Amino acid sequence: MRILLLALRRLAASLPTLLLILVGLFLLLQLAPGDTVDALVAQMGGGDPAMIEQLRSFYGLDAPVLVQLGRYLLRLVTLDLGFSAIYGKPVADVILERLPVTLLLMATALSFAFAAGMGLGVVAARRVNRWPDSLISTLGLVFYATPSFWFGMMGIVVFAVRLSWLPAGGFEEIGSGNEGLTRVLDIAWHLVLPVATLALTYLATYLRIMRASMLEVMTLDFVRTARAKGLGETAVVLRHVLRNALLPGVTLMGLQAGTMLGGSVVVESVFALPGLGRLAYESVVQRDVNTLLGIVFVSALLVIAINFIVDMLYAKLDPRIVTGS
Amino acid sequence: MPITRRHLLLSGIALGAAANTALPLPALAQAPRRGGVLTIHLGSEQRILNPALRASTGVYVITSKIIEPLVDLGEGGKIVPVLAESWEATPDGKTVTFKLRSGVQWHDGKPFTAADVQYSAMEQWKKHLNYGTTLQLYLDAVETPDPQTAIFRYSRPMPLNLLLRALCDLGYVVPKHVFDGTNVLENPANTAPIGTGPFKFVEYQRGQYVIAERNPNYWRQGFPYLDRIVWRFITDRSAATAALETGQVQISAYNGLPLADIDRLRKDNRFEVSTRGVEGNVFNNTLEFNTRRKELSDKRVRQAIAHAVDVPFFLENFLYGLGKPATGPIPSLSPDFFPNNAVPYPYDKARSEKLLDEAGYKRGAGGIRFSLKIVPIMNGEDVPLLATFIQQSLSQVGIRVEIVQLDIAGALSAVYRDWNFDLATGWHQYRGDPAVSTTVWYRSGSPKGAPWTNQYGWQSDAVDKLIDDAASEVDVAKRRALYAEFVKAVNDELPVWMLTERPFYAATSKRVQNHHTVPRWDSGDMHDTWIQPA
Repeated sequence: MRILLLALRRLAASLPTLLLILVGLFLLLQLAPGDTVDALVAQMGGGDPAMIEQLRSFYGLDAPVLVQLGRYLLRLVTLDLGFSAIYGKPVADVILERLPVTLLLMATALSFAFAAGMGLGVVAARRVNRWPDSLISTLGLVFYATPSFWFGMMGIVVFAVRLSWLPAGGFEEIGSGNEGLTRVLDIAWHLVLPVATLALTYLATYLRIMRASMLEVMTLDFVRTARAKGLGETAVVLRHVLRNALLPGVTLMGLQAGTMLGGSVVVESVFALPGLGRLAYESVVQRDVNTLLGIVFVSALLVIAINFIVDMLYAKLDPRIVTGS
Repeated sequence: MPITRRHLLLSGIALGAAANTALPLPALAQAPRRGGVLTIHLGSEQRILNPALRASTGVYVITSKIIEPLVDLGEGGKIVPVLAESWEATPDGKTVTFKLRSGVQWHDGKPFTAADVQYSAMEQWKKHLNYGTTLQLYLDAVETPDPQTAIFRYSRPMPLNLLLRALCDLGYVVPKHVFDGTNVLENPANTAPIGTGPFKFVEYQRGQYVIAERNPNYWRQGFPYLDRIVWRFITDRSAATAALETGQVQISAYNGLPLADIDRLRKDNRFEVSTRGVEGNVFNNTLEFNTRRKELSDKRVRQAIAHAVDVPFFLENFLYGLGKPATGPIPSLSPDFFPNNAVPYPYDKARSEKLLDEAGYKRGAGGIRFSLKIVPIMNGEDVPLLATFIQQSLSQVGIRVEIVQLDIAGALSAVYRDWNFDLATGWHQYRGDPAVSTTVWYRSGSPKGAPWTNQYGWQSDAVDKLIDDAASEVDVAKRRALYAEFVKAVNDELPVWMLTERPFYAATSKRVQNHHTVPRWDSGDMHDTWIQPA
């Protein structure tokens, strides 16, 4: 109950931010030259002015900007996200179709990056300045410095085109009629390359953060105390150092959850995955204001939710941080 | 011994080899095989799947298998009957009568009749379809004396060859009983199409794929061969190449792959990469001049700019030689209208400088004559390359060029709505007849905001008259002569310069049989196409 109240209070506190983001984005999009009818006409390869005017009024673009904004906000109050120009159906439906793919991709990649980054960071910190540390740190630097689309393309070239081990793209086998476990395995199979691509860059960040904070915590007095009372090295690392060193990593995960929604545009495009990132990109290119605002709205809600969970985690990891008061 | 995938594959190859030796090869290659799934790549999401509302290759690639036109392009560019069995025009060119095929059914079981043609023509082609609205501007009525006859009445003469060629793209018939009385733009059949074609629409997963399956009641008895066609949306072009190479898709048409990959796959014997079957469309790289700008209002300056750009060099080094220098707005790949002229402005730096000097723009401080802004209209990956090439070429003759980077929606509104450009570069598509989408680039009076039309502040009464006369000239030879005159006039005035003439390329897996047999095959119905097992 207390948690629920806290969640509600958080949500209320973030409402002004949300409104500011939506209005700001709406106005920003008005500054971009061209509207969704221009984009549509570009796709069609031309059209005559009467038809273009007809389309403008069909999409409600003939009204003044402030009227359009007012209409949008009014609809939003009733939780109506409007109609998508690209897809010709309600924005809520379009986003709901795409959300699971992005969430699956994001959650898998983030968990993998977090777990592997933590593990490697701990190993590196315990063998600091010896060869395992150098190896891990160098690898981390390489992962961090390489753009993810390049990883993606190379992954496709090596594992899909040359070796034929993994599919080149797509979310699942189209029209295969797979059900249940077969379908789950098929989707997992298709997600190996995209998840690896998305996770590698983030992994490097976690690795470096974890290594640094482990090294820092290991110099603190309570670690010496733990050693002095006769605990084994493993127990010291796991029970005392790791728990304290986790905090920066957890903070980072909360922050990155937001960027990962945007960061997956590249990966979704390279692997032809029907996710939110690609939808957002297409909405910008096609000037589909409703869809883009809808995505921003949903993403903002997601980020708020994730940060809330992160705050809860803080309290679990470090009881000195008290929630809610 | 455990049976692995590799073993199965190997034994499959062994079996195939055995079959090859046992049977004569030609028999294997010729006999069409029923069944199978063909997967086609598409580079962008389509907003609607109704070719009677939206004329665009992306729409055709999907819907032409589901919805059929009155006529289509056959072998060698000949007009062949589809839903119309025959046609004739009165000598004054104002009445065209189509006899329609009988016994054709819509996918929902209702019969196809002349009322559907009347509805499509009057309510969709004439009112909504891009290019259709212009083509059918003088269409007064479609009469339907009986269910198998549709009579098109025009208030001005309509050349029959223009109408028939245009109807291949702009003559798709949709069912009246589905659309009549509804808001046409919001009708659900726009994304779940119902037609008379060889394939029935099954499913459209946004951002992923469209599926259509065999229509068992198709009017061409025994066709189609394929069980299903799947269209996959892959927006990243390099990823599309990977999908083709791994066999996830079998066809990518209309330059859907990066030029570098098209060049590479040409040497790969698993694929056929060619212009065969896509020659129905040709495109040019363009350079449009805003003649409101003082310097550019002088045609000598426009001609000087054309002389300053080495087009063959650009083709060879940036486009992998996939094209040739253009001779004007009517390409050599259009045998019915090509006036057989030469390249009007070959690369000649000295002449360019001379023309600029004559026009009174001598080199000033730092060797600069004047500065211009160029807006690339991003139709394809080669557009920004050409903008840069033009920038560098013009700096050689003393014109400084600044490139304004915008995405396509932004560029279209900057150039055609706000006239905020000095130079613009993009693509012009030639669609079989100059009257379909080419003369609008030169005809004056196009309202502000209409993209790919004359928005350069340039006007010539002589050219306007030639365009109007040709559009309603019923005599084929006279019409051809008018267009030759038109090309000559606009090549001299040069409000827009066509630099290159380029065919589209399609990459097709060799598993696909009976493919690219007609000039707009990828936008055709594929009823006789079949696929060999992987």
